[in-house]
Amino acid sequence: MIENVDLTLVDWSRAQFALTAIYHWLFVPLTLGLSFILAIMETIYVKTGNEEWKRITRFWMTLFGINFAIGIATGIILEFEFGTNWSNYSWFVGDIFGTPLAVEGILAFFLESTFVAVMFFGWNKVSKKFHLTSTWLVAIGANLSALWILVANAWMQNPVGMTFNPETARNEMVNFWAVLFNEVAVGKFLHTISSGFLLASMFVLGISSWFLIRKREEHMAKRSILIAAIFGLLSSLMVAYTGDASARTISKVQPVKFASMEALSEGKSNAGLVAIGILKDSDQKIGERVLKDFAFRIEIPGLLSVLTGGTNEAYVQGIADHVLGNEKRGVMSVPEKMERGRFARNVLMDYKKARVINNKAQTDSIKGIFLDKKFQDNYFRYFGYAFIDKPEDVIPKIPLTFYSFHLMVILGFLFIMITALALYFLFKGTLSENRWFLWVALLSIPLPYVASELGWILTEMGRQPWIIQDMMPVSIAVSQISSGSVITTFILFAVLFSVLLISEISIMVKQIKTGPKH
Amino acid sequence: MTIMISHIFLQHYWWIIVSLLAGLLVFLMFVQGGQSLIYSLPKSDIQKTMIVNTMGRKWEFTFTTLVTFGGAFFASFPLFYATSFGGAYWVWIAILFSFTIQAVAYEFRSKPENIFGQKTFDLFLFLNGSLGPFLIGAAVATFFTGSRFSLNNMNQVQWATSWYGLEALLNIRNLALGFAVLFLARINGLLYIINTIDDEALIKRSGKRLIYNSIPFLIFFLFFVITLLFSNGFASDPVSGTVAVEKYKYLHNFIQMPLVLIIFLTGVVGVLFGIGITIIRNSANGIWFTGTGTVLAVFSLFLVAGFNGTSFYPSSYDLQSSLTIRNASSSFFTLKTMMYFSFIIPFILLYIWYAWNAINNTKITEDEMKLEGHKY
Repeated sequence: MIENVDLTLVDWSRAQFALTAIYHWLFVPLTLGLSFILAIMETIYVKTGNEEWKRITRFWMTLFGINFAIGIATGIILEFEFGTNWSNYSWFVGDIFGTPLAVEGILAFFLESTFVAVMFFGWNKVSKKFHLTSTWLVAIGANLSALWILVANAWMQNPVGMTFNPETARNEMVNFWAVLFNEVAVGKFLHTISSGFLLASMFVLGISSWFLIRKREEHMAKRSILIAAIFGLLSSLMVAYTGDASARTISKVQPVKFASMEALSEGKSNAGLVAIGILKDSDQKIGERVLKDFAFRIEIPGLLSVLTGGTNEAYVQGIADHVLGNEKRGVMSVPEKMERGRFARNVLMDYKKARVINNKAQTDSIKGIFLDKKFQDNYFRYFGYAFIDKPEDVIPKIPLTFYSFHLMVILGFLFIMITALALYFLFKGTLSENRWFLWVALLSIPLPYVASELGWILTEMGRQPWIIQDMMPVSIAVSQISSGSVITTFILFAVLFSVLLISEISIMVKQIKTGPKH
Repeated sequence: MTIMISHIFLQHYWWIIVSLLAGLLVFLMFVQGGQSLIYSLPKSDIQKTMIVNTMGRKWEFTFTTLVTFGGAFFASFPLFYATSFGGAYWVWIAILFSFTIQAVAYEFRSKPENIFGQKTFDLFLFLNGSLGPFLIGAAVATFFTGSRFSLNNMNQVQWATSWYGLEALLNIRNLALGFAVLFLARINGLLYIINTIDDEALIKRSGKRLIYNSIPFLIFFLFFVITLLFSNGFASDPVSGTVAVEKYKYLHNFIQMPLVLIIFLTGVVGVLFGIGITIIRNSANGIWFTGTGTVLAVFSLFLVAGFNGTSFYPSSYDLQSSLTIRNASSSFFTLKTMMYFSFIIPFILLYIWYAWNAINNTKITEDEMKLEGHKY
């Protein structure tokens, strides 16, 4: 096992992955949603034969293409960074984690890349129907690829469907369906793609509003807004619904993350749901960590208990319950989990020693221990805790998780309002007159991007210190290379991605200003 | 006849899939080959536009194949993925970097207000076109020449040099395969230009360039193959899994696996035949022979690297850390599950073929470049 953990290496490796993921996620949601908006627009064109719809489709398709390319550029780095920077992780769980990545390539990426070429270049080369089918297949391919990578991510949040093999020192998949239909995966997929649909709708709505403000291309703008507002409103409702479901799932499978995102230091019955809150340091400490309290909050009494437990009497577990344990509520303390994790690690070490001296009787007997379900459920499931130094290390950064979550939710409700208002004004025929609203829509374009990134910050930072919940902390997952190498590549990627982003925004703005071609 | 599905069968099955993907990837790097020619081949801007656009309509296939190759390797042989990527860090980062700049270059190069100008994005295309195939070739050569790493008892990699993979570029055989792959990509790029662009002058120039690129290709390729046949190889004992250096191991592999030898020779003949009919008969179909030959030759080289009790990712630093398709693979269950997914591959190849032809049914002309709405 790795005895000396180089924290600089761990931090820079995390920074590099976060950098790539954040940049990648600036482009992917637009691809997920705009591809469907294009498919809907082109369907109307093919059904009505109205050339104006073709012109509208092609305008948005140009913007899609610019965004698509840079999404691919950042995506390839992400895929390979699991190997380059997290090689210990890649071996420890590659037997499970690799499969969705391979399936993603085989099932989704080829679909997407094959038909995206037809979509861009096939207007005058293939029949209308074939072209339309291609556009739909691009949308399906893009969203299918999201499915597989989210299945992989969900597994890191809630590892299921596998067993540990001491001989190979890794986890091995035993139930593919459990991995695919992991409750975290299902919720995460629906929440993520609907947030992509919403982001793309807000993008189309905002840019179309700009055309209305400038009194240009009003016909195109209103038609685009019609599609964007309907698609956006439905998506925003789906985002809210799936978000709520995801939060419930987190409360079950990642209770510390849940307690942090609600900044619930102490567990309680009749817990209120904080709509808006500002945190301050509380008087309570666990080890060296100061917990948080509210300096200000607007709270709906009892609602958190109702949402998680069904009644306002339901007990919602707090951070202290999880770290210090709560026997009455059946919550095991972190020190106890650390003990059990270390025991499991020692058994594994004994196995390795027996292998070295070729003691077959001993290896067989220890292998038997690993196959024992009691050992797996009561000891090995806490394997990751063997590498935790202090119990409070399992608490993620509370302000970061709390604010990410709450800001995301507030923005989510704002998007429901904006898309609903757009639809209302459109049907009333007063959209162009309500210039304030057009400005709101335009200036709101960055907000879904912010919300979307916050969602990922919550997901990934809220899981710390784990790379795989309870099984592997980030500190032992990292590749053993020099931190200098990682710092260098971090800077290289940071410069490259920033340069590409600046170029992309400039091109995008120019294309928007130019407007659709006649 | 029933085939018994055992772990060892699945390990071979997935090595075949990975090898096939590698073959397809090297063929599809005709896109990179074409990119590496953008400064030297075209005589005018419109010729350059035509070259960039004919390559640009296919770049995503190459890219997707590379990503799928990585994904399939990760899923089927995760210990290779962890060891090589996590150890030979700088080689893989350089490869990734070169593909990252490619992905945006096509879409951005001719768009107004791209800030950095067309020249910058053309340079990106050239860098990816030259470095991509060369580095991939050199990295794959280490499958035969070995790398300097060790694995601990938890199968975690420790790289033995502080160059993290760049030391591979000091080995002349690695360099030879790198250059062979680069020149092969350029050959395929030229043949693809001849096949898809309707411009007499450009085709004539491409024909000439074909000769200039074929000669260095042959020199580097033959050097690599001859040294391969006479070099020591890394043999893995089928029972104990112990790895030992064996004299003429790769020559033995060709002899002991005659089918692989036949595939290899057919591939080489295909490559040469495609070049030959283009130079001698001015045929436009050379790409299909050279392309198929490329797939077969690379495919068979991968089989030589991994089959017949051979370590496909040997460690010259610690022999017993060497990776074989047995010790580096995923579990039986995972390989079997993925095998079911792989059954869809023929269907994928079918729709790719259909869509490919739909776009390629007419050649690229100057007029199209002037009228096309979506142009790179």
